[in-house]
Amino acid sequence: MIDLRQLTKRYGDRVVVDAVSLTVARGELLVLLGGSGSGKTTTLKMINRLIEPSAGHVRIDGADVASMAPYELRRRVGYAFQQIGLFPHLTIAQNVGITPRLLGWSIDRIDRRVDELLELVELDPATFRDRRPTELSGGQQQRVGVARALAAEPAVLLFDEPFGALDPLTRDRLQQSLRAIRARLAVTIVFVTHDMVEALLLGDRIAVMRDGHLVQIGTPAELLRAPAGEYVAQLMETPLRHGRTVEALARGEAAATR
Amino acid sequence: MSEALRAQLALLPAYLTAHLQLTLTALLLGTAISVPAGLWVTRRPVAERLVLGVASLLQTIPSLALLAIMVPALAALGRATTTSLGFGVPSIGFLPALIGLTLYSILPILRNTVAGVAGVDPAIVEAARAVGMTDRQRLRLVELPLALPVIVAGIRTSTVWVVGLATLSTPVGAPSLGNYIFSGLQTRNLAAVLVGCAAAAALALLLDGLVHALEVGVRSGRRALVVTAAAALAALALYATATLAGGALGRGPRPISIGSKTFTEQYILSAIVAGRLGAASGAAAEIVPSLGSTVAFDALRNGTIDCYVDYTGTIWATVMHRTDVPAERGAVLAEVTRYLREHDGITVASALGFENAYALVMRDDRAGAIRRISDLTARAPSLTIASDYEFFSRPEWAALSRAYGLRFAAQRSMDPSLMYEAVAAGDVDVASAFSTDGRIAAFALRVLEDDRSAIPPYDAIILAGPRLARDEPRALAALATLSGTIDAASMRRMNAAVDREGRSPDAVAGDFLAGLGGAR
Repeated sequence: MIDLRQLTKRYGDRVVVDAVSLTVARGELLVLLGGSGSGKTTTLKMINRLIEPSAGHVRIDGADVASMAPYELRRRVGYAFQQIGLFPHLTIAQNVGITPRLLGWSIDRIDRRVDELLELVELDPATFRDRRPTELSGGQQQRVGVARALAAEPAVLLFDEPFGALDPLTRDRLQQSLRAIRARLAVTIVFVTHDMVEALLLGDRIAVMRDGHLVQIGTPAELLRAPAGEYVAQLMETPLRHGRTVEALARGEAAATR
Repeated sequence: MSEALRAQLALLPAYLTAHLQLTLTALLLGTAISVPAGLWVTRRPVAERLVLGVASLLQTIPSLALLAIMVPALAALGRATTTSLGFGVPSIGFLPALIGLTLYSILPILRNTVAGVAGVDPAIVEAARAVGMTDRQRLRLVELPLALPVIVAGIRTSTVWVVGLATLSTPVGAPSLGNYIFSGLQTRNLAAVLVGCAAAAALALLLDGLVHALEVGVRSGRRALVVTAAAALAALALYATATLAGGALGRGPRPISIGSKTFTEQYILSAIVAGRLGAASGAAAEIVPSLGSTVAFDALRNGTIDCYVDYTGTIWATVMHRTDVPAERGAVLAEVTRYLREHDGITVASALGFENAYALVMRDDRAGAIRRISDLTARAPSLTIASDYEFFSRPEWAALSRAYGLRFAAQRSMDPSLMYEAVAAGDVDVASAFSTDGRIAAFALRVLEDDRSAIPPYDAIILAGPRLARDEPRALAALATLSGTIDAASMRRMNAAVDREGRSPDAVAGDFLAGLGGAR
C-alpha cells in the first residue's frame, strides 16, 4: 500500500506539486493522469525519491520512504519510463538482472529470474539474452525495461509513460502484456500517462492532476459518470467523442462530427 | 647509409630509452592524477570549475617555460629540504622534465574524463539511479564504462603531446630525442634533426596506436587484442622503469658530468673538456648537452653537473648582477674567480685563453659610415636588431642600450644560428653576434667598436663544481692544463669547421686534442 500525505514539491517560488494526498491499495493500478506541467511525473518520482519532496510524506506499507537510504528504497520499487534507459554496454540479461545483482543474488538465481522475466514480457530468452539493447526495436526495448523493473520482485511498480513513444500497435500489445502480467503478479502500480484511453483501459482508479493539484480521484466509471468539474468532464468527453466518430465511420456515415 | 646518419643512429638507443622513460612515466602519472580527479569533480560543480581552470591555466604556460620554471622551483625546494630534512632534490635532469610533462598531460585527460561522464545520456543516469545503484556503483558500473572511449581519447591526445613535448626536456638537462634536435639545429646537422623528429613521430604513433588498440579491444571484447596491446605497453613500461631503476641503483663510480649550453662553441668545448679529462685523469666523463644558460650554472652549483664552460662577462652580469665594466680583462677574471669561490664554492679551473663577447655586427654596405656603436645611436630608430633568445633580457643589453641610448625600430629574438643569415641577407640591420663565431668572417660582417666599453669582457673559463674540486684533484689538474690553449682565432676556426663545413663537434674537438698532443 502506498500512502501520499500532503506531498509537495517547490522549485523556488514555483509550486509544481501542491499538497497531494492519496492512497493506492495493495495490488491496485492507479493512473496519474494530466497534461504536461500537471505535476504527475514529479509526484511519481517523489515516491522512489528520484525527486526529493519539499514537504509531506510518502509511506509504503507504513514505512516512511524518507527514513531509508534512497538506493535501498529503489531496489524495492520497480521503475520504467518513456526513455527506457537501458544500459548500452550491458547485454539484455545483464540489464534485466541489474537490481538482483545489486542485491547480491546468486548467479543461478539471477539467470533463472532473467529467463522467467523475458518469457513474461514475451521475449524468447535464448534469442535475446545475450543481445545488446541497440539490436532491439523500441517495443522490444521497453519490454526489457518492464522486465528490468520487475526483476527484484518489487511489491511496487512505478511507470512513467512507459509506452508513450511507441507506435499504436506496439503500445496496444504492451498494454495487453501489462494486463497479463498484472493477472499473474500481485503488484501495486502507479502509472503516469497523459493518454485518456490508456488511463481508462489500464487504471483501476484514475487520479486527475492539474497545475500541481489533485483534481479528482475515482474509478474510470465514476469519472465518466460524475466528473468533478469542467476540466475532468472535457478530459472524459474526448475519448468518448473519438469513439463515437470512429464507430460512425465504421458504419459508413459521413464524418460530419469529426 | 651515409656516415653522418650512421653516427646519429648509434645514439638512438640511449636517447630513445630516455625519451620513453620520460614519456611513459609522465603519462602514467598524468592518467593516475587526472582520471580520479576528473571523476571526483563530476558531482561537484564548484570543484570542477576550479580544477579545470587550474589545468587550463597550466596549459597556457608555454611548454619550454613550464619545463624551465621547474628548475629554479626544484632548486628552491631542494634548499628547503636540505636544511629541514637533510637531503636535496635534483633540480635539473629527469625530475623537472617529468614534473613539467606530467602537468602538461593533465588537461586533455582531465577534460575528457569530465566531458565523458557529463556526456552520458541523462536517461541512462536516471535508470542507474532508479534500479538502486549508489553514487559509487553508478560511476563504476555505468558512467565510467560509457565515458571510457572519451577518456581514452584524452589519454591519446596527451600521449601525442607528451611525446612531442618531451623533446624540450633537453635544455633542462634530461636526455631525450630533443638532443638530436637541439644540437642538430645548432650545428647544422640535418641528419641529427631528421633522426630526432622521425624517432619522436614514430614513438608518438606507436604509443597512440597501442592505447587505441587497447581501447578497441576492451570495447569490442576482443581478448587477444587487449592482451597484445596491454603486453606491449607493459613491456615498454617495464623496460623504461627497469633501465631507470638500473640507472639510479647500479651507478657505480659516478662519471664526471660536463654541461654544455646550446651553441656550437659549447658542444665543441664540452667535447674537448671530456676528452682532456679522459686522457689526463682516466676519469669517466659524460656530457649533458644543450642546457639553458642559467640552468647550466644552477646545475653546477647544486652538483648535478661537475663542470662546464662559461664566460666571465656572463657571470659578471647575470650571477653577480654587476653593471659597472672594468676596462681590464684580467680584473674581471680575478673578481669573478674570487666571487664564485666565496659565494658558490665553484672553482675557475682554467681560462681557455679567448674571449667570446657579445658584439654588434652589421653588413658592410648597410653600415656605411657606422664604425662604432656610438655612431649607431642616431640611426637606430630606423633600424631592426636581431639577437638570440636571451640577449634582450640580459643585463648586458640593458647596460649597452643605456650607455649608448639605443632605441631600435624593432627587436627580434631568434635562434642564434639564423641570426647571422638574417643580417647577411638584409632581413635585419644589426645582430648581436658572438665574437668567436666563424660566420662573422664568413659573411664579411662588420663588428662595431664598443667605444664606451659598455660590454664586459667574456673570457671563456672552465667552472668546476664543489665535488670535483674536493674529490677529483687529478681531474681539476687536467682541466688546468687547458689554460691558455685556445686563442680567439682557433676558436673561430673550430666554430666555422662545424657551422660552415658541417663537421661534427666531436671530430673538431678530437683534432684539437690531437694537436695538443703530449702537452700534459
